[in-house]
Amino acid sequence: MNEGLSVLAILIGIFHSGLRLATPYLYAAIGETFAQRSGVLNLGVEGIMLMGAFSGFYVTFKTGNLLLGLLAAAAVGALMGLAMAFISVTMKAEQGISGIGLYLFGLGASSLLFKTVLGTVEGVRGFPELNFCLASLGGDSSFCLNQIPVIGPIFFKHSVLVYGAFALVPVAWWVLNKTTWGLSIRAVGQNPQAADSLGVSVARVRYFTVSLGGLLAGIAGASLSISLLNIFQEGMTNGQGFIAVALVYFGSWTPVGVLAGALLFSLINALQLWVQVLGLEIPSDVAVMLPYLLTIIALAFPFKRALQPAALTKPFQRGES
Amino acid sequence: MHASWSQHLRLERFAGALLPLIAVAGALLIGAVVLVLLDKNPTEAYREMVAGAFTNKNGLADTFVKAIPLLLVGLGIVIAFRASVINIGAEGQLIVGALLATFLALELGERLPGFMVMIICLLGGSLVGAGWAAIPGYLKARLGVNEILSTIMMNQVAIQVGFYLLRGPMIDPEEIAAGTNIPHSARLPRTTDLPRFTDVAKGLGFTESARDLEMSGLSGELYGLLVEPTRLHLGLFIAIILAILVYIFLWRTTIGYRIRAVGLNPHASRYAGIRVPRYIILSMSLSGAFAGLAGALEIIGLHHRMFEPLAVSAGYGFSGIVVALFGKLHPLGVIPSSILFGGLLVGGDKMQRAVQVPQVFITALLGLIVLFVVSSEIWSQQRASRQTSEPAPPLEAEAEATA
Repeated sequence: MNEGLSVLAILIGIFHSGLRLATPYLYAAIGETFAQRSGVLNLGVEGIMLMGAFSGFYVTFKTGNLLLGLLAAAAVGALMGLAMAFISVTMKAEQGISGIGLYLFGLGASSLLFKTVLGTVEGVRGFPELNFCLASLGGDSSFCLNQIPVIGPIFFKHSVLVYGAFALVPVAWWVLNKTTWGLSIRAVGQNPQAADSLGVSVARVRYFTVSLGGLLAGIAGASLSISLLNIFQEGMTNGQGFIAVALVYFGSWTPVGVLAGALLFSLINALQLWVQVLGLEIPSDVAVMLPYLLTIIALAFPFKRALQPAALTKPFQRGES
Repeated sequence: MHASWSQHLRLERFAGALLPLIAVAGALLIGAVVLVLLDKNPTEAYREMVAGAFTNKNGLADTFVKAIPLLLVGLGIVIAFRASVINIGAEGQLIVGALLATFLALELGERLPGFMVMIICLLGGSLVGAGWAAIPGYLKARLGVNEILSTIMMNQVAIQVGFYLLRGPMIDPEEIAAGTNIPHSARLPRTTDLPRFTDVAKGLGFTESARDLEMSGLSGELYGLLVEPTRLHLGLFIAIILAILVYIFLWRTTIGYRIRAVGLNPHASRYAGIRVPRYIILSMSLSGAFAGLAGALEIIGLHHRMFEPLAVSAGYGFSGIVVALFGKLHPLGVIPSSILFGGLLVGGDKMQRAVQVPQVFITALLGLIVLFVVSSEIWSQQRASRQTSEPAPPLEAEAEATA
């Protein structure tokens, strides 16, 4: 045990990393929430995240412009979401298997591009930590929010993508529950026949949600490669895309539930990292295993299963009941 | 009139068998475009791929060596699929099978006759694979947990279990002595090595090489494949025999019939008195048994020691899904399918060396093939819905007849 760190410092470290690490889960799982609420299970999130991570990294590396990189990741993600929508909505393909296909494609394509156009592991300067400072009148000293004890280092030392991820939760809640679009999405996922008979285009809604889910998954990947880690590695998402899909089940298909799940997972992840940093007598392999074991246990909890969209994974065919 | 109808049917069935081929052609075409964009010559790349995998004895041997785990994993996925269960966990099931087989061979190798240890390893690998798969099977059957997600998580757990064992209790003592601490096990006792084709040929008295017999061309390569030293081992026979047994099991036994009934219509099956949850768990466990067996065979037939989990499973859990889909989810269709995709993997390796296209190209290609195959299903479904205009026999009656 490292004696140089106080318990408080360790706790601050765990919560700070916890908020950071929730970022990719939030983008990907909120996007997937939209897709699943409209009745489409997109299991290819992991593949989209990898492509998003690569394109965001590559464009940033080549242009030095972080916004362009983020835009590229979002565009590539949306495009892959569009492809998934075509496969699952228009071609009515089995969604579980097509998701695995999309994952394999994303894994292979991102590694192929990395090996052929970059070749070696390089770093970029990612999104910087934001400073929330109030310039005090008259003097050149200023007060920054991150100077507040405990609260400051936990909440006010993050990049813009981290705050964006958390801001997404209320926005998603509002869109799903308070707008006509949200109503259409929920109707299409719950009872597509009824929605169709009322003039809602099931196909159009699902194309929209799955593409949006892809866009957010692309940003989730970029949040790893140009904000949290600032590198690209083959297969760097390491199953986070699949965990994000599981989080949607865990969060009973609601943005707030997803937020709770994402925080729980990222805190466990942070704890696991700190166990390794502190060199505690727990084998790192066992610690790495924890989030996955937790996912299995979380999926097994039967509460709120009734909230699952009734038409999830079922392609819509007009005239069938 | 009647004749033309049956002719029509035959034509449609032919088209149905052709769909996966068209899907692969589509994926290869997109792959070719990607190669052009990467400044590589696609015809040259594909030629190297085919030549490397299918035209000489070493390439052929490697193709068949890779076809063995692909066939076994594919068979498992077919069984699960027939019960409408999607097993993405073959990767993890294969790893735990390989781990247990390694452990058993190291423990028993010196004490029991070699062939007995081999049998124990294969049985042990199958059993632990079945047990590993039974967990997500149970969770699906009893608690409605999505098996795709739970099996993916089980894969990650298996990988970490493997690393833990190989860094700790199972590490090669020589690695500790040398201080390198590479996570792999000791080499298994040689008595536990599954015989290779060349060993059998020698035992049967074939000692001359193709050159000795002045054979050349294709017949020389084929003779060499069977007689000369290659890595090809008897696992190929085991896998092919099992494919035939799975066919008999699924289509000629009551349990197999019930598994398929559960997959086709769980509600009707329940009314026909089939305990649906039990058959979901059974199909998942059988599926895992095949993956575990594949892992055990990789150890005693090929590697003779356990090393990095993901290098042993080598993505077979995922490529096995492609193999099963391409084989039209039929146990006998999986045989040629596994050889084709074994060749694709070997060819990818050769292509990497010849024209410097990274092997991950094959992973992307496999993904595209999956997407094309599942998308093309829409045509077979439309055909099926046209054919069901005549009433099908009620399931209950059929169940009674077979029970």
